[in-house]
Amino acid sequence: MEFIRNFPFFSIMLSMFGGIVSPVLPERAAKWVNRAIITVVGALSLALLLYLLETGESYVYMMGHFPAPWGNEIRAGVLEAGMALFFCIIMLLSMLGGAHKLLTEVAAEKQNLYYILVNLLLSSLLALVYTNDIFTAYVFVEINTITACGLIMIRETGRTIEAAVRYMIMSLLGSGLLLLGLCVLYDLTGHLLMSNMREQVAYLAANDLYAMPLLVTIGLISSGLAIKSALFPFHAWLPDAYGYSTASSAAMLSSLVSKGYIFLLVKLIYRVYGFEVFHDSHIVNVLFVFGLMGMIFGSLSAIRENDIRRMVAFSSVAQIGYIFMGIGMGTQVAMVAGVFHILSHAATKSLLFISAAGLTDVSGGSRRFEDLTGAGYRDPWAGAAFTAGALSMVGVPLFSGFISKLLFAQAAVQNSGKMLPALIVLGISTILNAVYFMKTVIRLYTRVGAAEKSGRQFAGRKLYVAALIGFMILNVVLGVNSQPIVDMIGQGLGMFA
Amino acid sequence: MGNLFANYGEAVAMILFVIGFANLLLHKNLIKKIIGLNIMDSAIYLFLAQKGYIAGRGVPIVTDGVQSVEAYINPIPSGLVLTGIVVSVSVSALMLSLTIRLYRRYHTLDLDEISTLLKKEGV
Repeated sequence: MEFIRNFPFFSIMLSMFGGIVSPVLPERAAKWVNRAIITVVGALSLALLLYLLETGESYVYMMGHFPAPWGNEIRAGVLEAGMALFFCIIMLLSMLGGAHKLLTEVAAEKQNLYYILVNLLLSSLLALVYTNDIFTAYVFVEINTITACGLIMIRETGRTIEAAVRYMIMSLLGSGLLLLGLCVLYDLTGHLLMSNMREQVAYLAANDLYAMPLLVTIGLISSGLAIKSALFPFHAWLPDAYGYSTASSAAMLSSLVSKGYIFLLVKLIYRVYGFEVFHDSHIVNVLFVFGLMGMIFGSLSAIRENDIRRMVAFSSVAQIGYIFMGIGMGTQVAMVAGVFHILSHAATKSLLFISAAGLTDVSGGSRRFEDLTGAGYRDPWAGAAFTAGALSMVGVPLFSGFISKLLFAQAAVQNSGKMLPALIVLGISTILNAVYFMKTVIRLYTRVGAAEKSGRQFAGRKLYVAALIGFMILNVVLGVNSQPIVDMIGQGLGMFA
Repeated sequence: MGNLFANYGEAVAMILFVIGFANLLLHKNLIKKIIGLNIMDSAIYLFLAQKGYIAGRGVPIVTDGVQSVEAYINPIPSGLVLTGIVVSVSVSALMLSLTIRLYRRYHTLDLDEISTLLKKEGV
């Protein structure tokens, strides 16, 4: 076995040990250990991605060298390695961009704890991405939930604790459904490893055995993961959780935590049920309808909002709706579009949260729109970054959001049954996005009084500006250089089967 | 109907699951929500334990040199139950600590009341 095949295991363990050593380190050391770990894991994932692209096939890694039906397994393919790399980039940029807010918003003695949470979050995300065992996936889903709860409430105010409680309640309902679904599925198939389950599910489907229980498990697992990733009717906790937590937490929650669950769902669809079986169940239509409703109602709530952070949070509801619409359309092309939107939304939403933090800083800490008037002049970098993010969300060419909308539209045209609703809602949602994002951008660049020039350019904010520039580059790269990435996603999904 | 009585263990587990789920979702009182969470999780463990049990067989610990598979129940669901219990204990502890935080701040366990208090605070 080549040495490089150990990298997924190393990545998971490295970030987990980072979480273990952080509490005993001084705060500065913990910060640098955290950054170093994210960078190293990113580099390992990049090396693995290049290796997998070269060999062109995925592999299964035995944990503890117990063979298939007994041991625990990790599986790595192009999509997994690419996701791990992407998650590391987003996490590093979010941490850098939110570092100055972290110092002011989180109590000094709790700074170390924040790095524990971030390291554990990374480790659980990597485990969700790489694992080949459904029960391991469940355990790491719970670890992910607990760290996310910590990330919300580390900035201790009444609002964040309440948001954390609401988040936990919704999340636990989701994990209950997920666990029940996984247990029933284990009883039906008698296996816990995805590849073995796949064979059994194919056998059951081919012989039309236990059709109803199988359908029930698909429903339980999909709805459990949909609740956890805040699909439309289950999004009540989201605006408070994203709106009042510290900037880097909000960026990571919206772009990483919910995406981890969606990626797990995609993985279960391909690796456990097989695309055909999942498609033939009618659960896809349910996901499709809720996705469409989320796209509209999320945007409508965002329009009504008078708080920039909560507006961006509600926009997440709409974007999660897009991803579930892609999954719900039930074609390969739409699935590729959905996975691309995971990347595109993650890159854009974290950019918006980080830049909104800068804009509220120069507006006396207020997040209300009337105080934000002209903030784009007071903080040119954050203003430019917010504008870039807004353009990407609306779907202007050159930015990543345009490509995902294009892919969704192409997928909708090829799907005769769902073409009309998908295209109509896509159009309406784009207009609604434009209404609230352009309204905000215009307000940011409305002059109030002449003496607005501020000296806040670079001084003391090198990291923040660097993170914003990094996010903007990431967005433009996804938008301009999309074809290889889309091909890679297609190849990765092909490897899943 | 006959199926329901034959698999009464699973049926009871499902009923308990629904009771716990509804408690966690609908109750306003945080402590009752946490109780609901525990009922829900225990119901899943009951279901798993039911599924792992094979009538007339023993605990999967090798005694008296009996090696045959036919002598023992399926040990994997028991292992899953143990793992699940660890998860649900830690989650319950986290929820209880959050509840204590909220109670100290707002002197109530009613989540809706806390929301109205927060709106008045207007932070």
